[in-house]
Amino acid sequence: MPNSITAYDTIAAISTPPGEGGISIVRLSGDQALPVAQRVFKGRNLAKVASHTINYGHIIDPSDGSVVDEVMVSVMRAPKTYTREDVIEINCHGGIVDTNRILQLLLSHGARMAEPGEFTKRAFLNGRIDLTQAESVMDLIRAKTDKAMQVAVDQLDGNLSHLIKTMRQEIFSVLGQEEVNIDYPEYEMDEVTGQMMLEKATAVRDHVAQLLATANQGKILREGLATAIIGRPNVGKSSLLNYLLHEDKAIVTDVAGTTRDTLEEYVNVRGVPLKLVDTAGIHHTTDKVEKIGVARSQKALGQADLVLLVLDASAPLQSDDRELLKATQAKKRIILLNKTDLPAAITPENLAALVPDETLIIPVSVLQASGLDELEAAIAHLFFGEGIENSQSSVLVTNARQYGLLAQAKTALDDVVTALKNDVPLDLVQIDMTTAWEKLGEVIGQNAPDELITQLFSQFCLGK
Amino acid sequence: MTVPAYTGEDYDVIVVGAGHAGSEAALAAARMGQKTMLITLNLEMVAFMPCNPSVGGPAKGIVVREVDALGGQMGKNIDATYIQMRMLNTGKGPAVRALRAQADKNAYHRVMKDTLENTPNLTLRQGMATDLIVEDGQCRGIVTNTGARYRAKAVVLTAGTSSRGKIIIGELMYSSGPNNSIPSIKLSESLEHLGFKLRRFKTGTPPRVNGHTIDYDQTQEEPGDKTPNAFSFTTKDEDYLKDQMSCWMTYTNEETHKIIRANLKRAPMFSGVIKGVGPRYCPSIEDKVVRFADKPRHQIFLEPEGRDTSEYYVGDFSTSMPEEIQQKMLHSVAGLQHAQMMRPGYAIEYDVIEPWQLTHTLETKRVKNLFTAGQMNGTSGYEEAAGQGIMAGINAALRAQGKPGFTLGRDEAYIGVMIDDLVTKGTNEPYRLLTSRAEYRLILRHDNADLRLTAKGRALGLIDDARFAAFEEKKRAIAAELARLQSIRIKPSQAVDDFLASKGGAPLKDGILASDFLKRPEVSYADLAQFMPDHPAVDRRVVEQVTIQIKYAGYIAKEQQKIERLHRLEAKRIPARIDYNAINGIATEARQKLTKIQPETIAQAERISGVNPADIAILSVYIEQGKIAKVG
Repeated sequence: MPNSITAYDTIAAISTPPGEGGISIVRLSGDQALPVAQRVFKGRNLAKVASHTINYGHIIDPSDGSVVDEVMVSVMRAPKTYTREDVIEINCHGGIVDTNRILQLLLSHGARMAEPGEFTKRAFLNGRIDLTQAESVMDLIRAKTDKAMQVAVDQLDGNLSHLIKTMRQEIFSVLGQEEVNIDYPEYEMDEVTGQMMLEKATAVRDHVAQLLATANQGKILREGLATAIIGRPNVGKSSLLNYLLHEDKAIVTDVAGTTRDTLEEYVNVRGVPLKLVDTAGIHHTTDKVEKIGVARSQKALGQADLVLLVLDASAPLQSDDRELLKATQAKKRIILLNKTDLPAAITPENLAALVPDETLIIPVSVLQASGLDELEAAIAHLFFGEGIENSQSSVLVTNARQYGLLAQAKTALDDVVTALKNDVPLDLVQIDMTTAWEKLGEVIGQNAPDELITQLFSQFCLGK
Repeated sequence: MTVPAYTGEDYDVIVVGAGHAGSEAALAAARMGQKTMLITLNLEMVAFMPCNPSVGGPAKGIVVREVDALGGQMGKNIDATYIQMRMLNTGKGPAVRALRAQADKNAYHRVMKDTLENTPNLTLRQGMATDLIVEDGQCRGIVTNTGARYRAKAVVLTAGTSSRGKIIIGELMYSSGPNNSIPSIKLSESLEHLGFKLRRFKTGTPPRVNGHTIDYDQTQEEPGDKTPNAFSFTTKDEDYLKDQMSCWMTYTNEETHKIIRANLKRAPMFSGVIKGVGPRYCPSIEDKVVRFADKPRHQIFLEPEGRDTSEYYVGDFSTSMPEEIQQKMLHSVAGLQHAQMMRPGYAIEYDVIEPWQLTHTLETKRVKNLFTAGQMNGTSGYEEAAGQGIMAGINAALRAQGKPGFTLGRDEAYIGVMIDDLVTKGTNEPYRLLTSRAEYRLILRHDNADLRLTAKGRALGLIDDARFAAFEEKKRAIAAELARLQSIRIKPSQAVDDFLASKGGAPLKDGILASDFLKRPEVSYADLAQFMPDHPAVDRRVVEQVTIQIKYAGYIAKEQQKIERLHRLEAKRIPARIDYNAINGIATEARQKLTKIQPETIAQAERISGVNPADIAILSVYIEQGKIAKVG
């Protein structure tokens, strides 16, 4: 729960409901909206573009320069905006993972996660909404906040909460001791040394970093990995879809607060929830009259975190196939060579020569249900197999609020480590150490103003 | 028999109680030109130290300097009467260094009394206030037990632990103020009649022993510092005391703990006799032995109480055990085997006014023109009392002149932190200042208390011309030296690299500004001279400021950023007498808390426990709606 001083921070949130439409919008509001966006944007200098313009570019991860998504960024300067503050809207391609990644980048580069209803609240406070709407603004805040709190509590994984408590205890073991050293210098107590603090800070920081790395997994677990099955007509998309649907009836429950899109089907593949995008489009392809083909696939592509590209192995590659191979190049994809029960016109070897080395190519026959185990294994591996420690895999960061707070805790701990290496006095290092302790506390809703002092007195023998 | 009433003199400000809060309050009011009376139960106990004979320490020492920067007396008084001075936390950063002095407690009292007696506009008088004159919800004066009715424009109560005080020693319990002084009974009743909520707190003090009977060979000496330091801006280095007295340290042991455990049933803290809430940070020795049973020994400090007395304060040995047991406990301790106990330790229970009934000016919300300060507001410690005392005195004087109040923020002073804590959160135990209570510890240093507050003291009329000129000169010198270091470049040379290598630092690649050179952790201000031509002699206090401002600029900037956000929220004022019941959507607990505390700003409302962000959001929307409604 934020107890800090929060007004007028620059805030960010995903402002489109998850899974609707091909485009997602991440919105920023506040006097730092432009500089924050610029930190993760490669394209024109946003500070120099005219107000109310849309600007093409890429969102990049400044830590390694990698491109996260191709985006359009709307720049709207105060006061003619919804909140009457500077507003940035980042229109991105809409996959949950990418959209979430963009939000996370903004949160770790100066923005704060917006509270429920906060954009509207600012709009009101800045005089944007008239008096008659005030009551409904209050209702909205109350309702959204209560719901969000409930959701936050429900989502607070027991393992995560336990892990964070442990980390806080680690920090407190040096923090509390140092506070006592400062306030009771005449007492013979163990003096905290820079080395002790460095060890604790480093250990906790590494732990926090690992947790942050689970953030995408957590989000996917909660909301499903948006998956598009694409291919030209009659390659077997529909059979694959039906196989997945029939094979596993365990449909993942839908996301709290969102209505299920009729175009979506949820399936569970070896523990990975897949949210199949634009299944209606696939069903349509069974109609002989269907002409949508590639155009429709393109749209589904935009929303997908994972692409299953189906090719007909019994027929030579057509221009549509080549186009789809090209269009999916930047995506996480698995290429299925279907109809291996028929004489082969394309072999995996032929195909491999046309795509980058690491591309996953799996020969299958959906009709005969062969090769599908390999497909399922590949999906599970894509999700679970990437750089996440197994021991940690049960602990997941599941929402942006947690992510934002953990990212702030990590920044503070980074500062602690740097400072200690520069021999900064411990009581100054303590400033960042305390911030880390507080931010971790906020994740689990434990941050009473006097918590530190209460802890001090319960754990140390102090007196006059 | 009733004492006939008579009409006493009229005053601008009346202060009741001449302890550490009352003395500051009366001096501030009188120095601000207000005709002031300071009335106290016993003139022999003006600025008396009923507990430890020391002033300062972490957080508290900073308050002493803040009081001094506002034109108060505590710093000057201790500088004139200390017998030992020590700088604490010298191994740490600048934010937590703290000065502490051992006081000659009799001299401390005498010098303060002398100051009060010689201050124009101030009448010091012995007497007991028994009632308040309240008309139309406004305090108009006091009534004394001798029948006098004194009228005043503002009244400050600083009753300390006298209010319905009760001393407890083992099975013995009797009505008393501190150190067997007469308690004040009627004033508490008067406050209750006016509708104030009072509660019982408990504190305690250790026994005193005769210094001639201590075996010092079995203890460890704790001498004072050789390097001069002082609390007050006006005290000069050349006046630093050379002939200081030492303190002595020893320990309790298993035998002591055995005696305590064997007699716990006679300890009032455990037998249920004491009902008041004691402070967690100032537990009695029996409390420590019970709560921290695994500790084999506890430190004890033997502190001389002055030059003209043989009494020693047995620090960290606070107890309310029966006298007989106290003797045994003392005799079990190394160095105290033959110690003569001159006064037994005791616990004292007393009334406090729950401090959420006050505003930030320390005026009560219930009765206008009535201010309270010090231990009766639920704090503990002479310094906390003095800090509130000067604020209450200033505000009473301002009120008497019809001027707006004076407050300090959490970012301006430890005094501000303390008062905000008290009025926003109340307190469930005697409140002691700790550095961990301050969010902006690096800004609230003891070395910059003068820079933070002298101008405010000056504006109030509490800083004289000479001192203000000296202060301005210091400020100018700091700015000049900073500018100089930011303009001179240090160029790479063999000498520079040799020096850096000897300190384990990396060599210079290009020339850099002296200020950037000083930023390096391995470089101290004194090192600069050898690389800079014409390095002038700079006062050590100026060097201290320049060094801190340069070396810790990054951290200072971080705290400044937080402070800017605080200011934005503090600018959002909550209208007085807002009806929280009229606001839809605020949760019940928050509604009750907000109604009780009546926060003045959104920033303060946020600090109330039980008020969550949604309540704050709704409250700000509601306030804004009111504003729009008025405009429209």
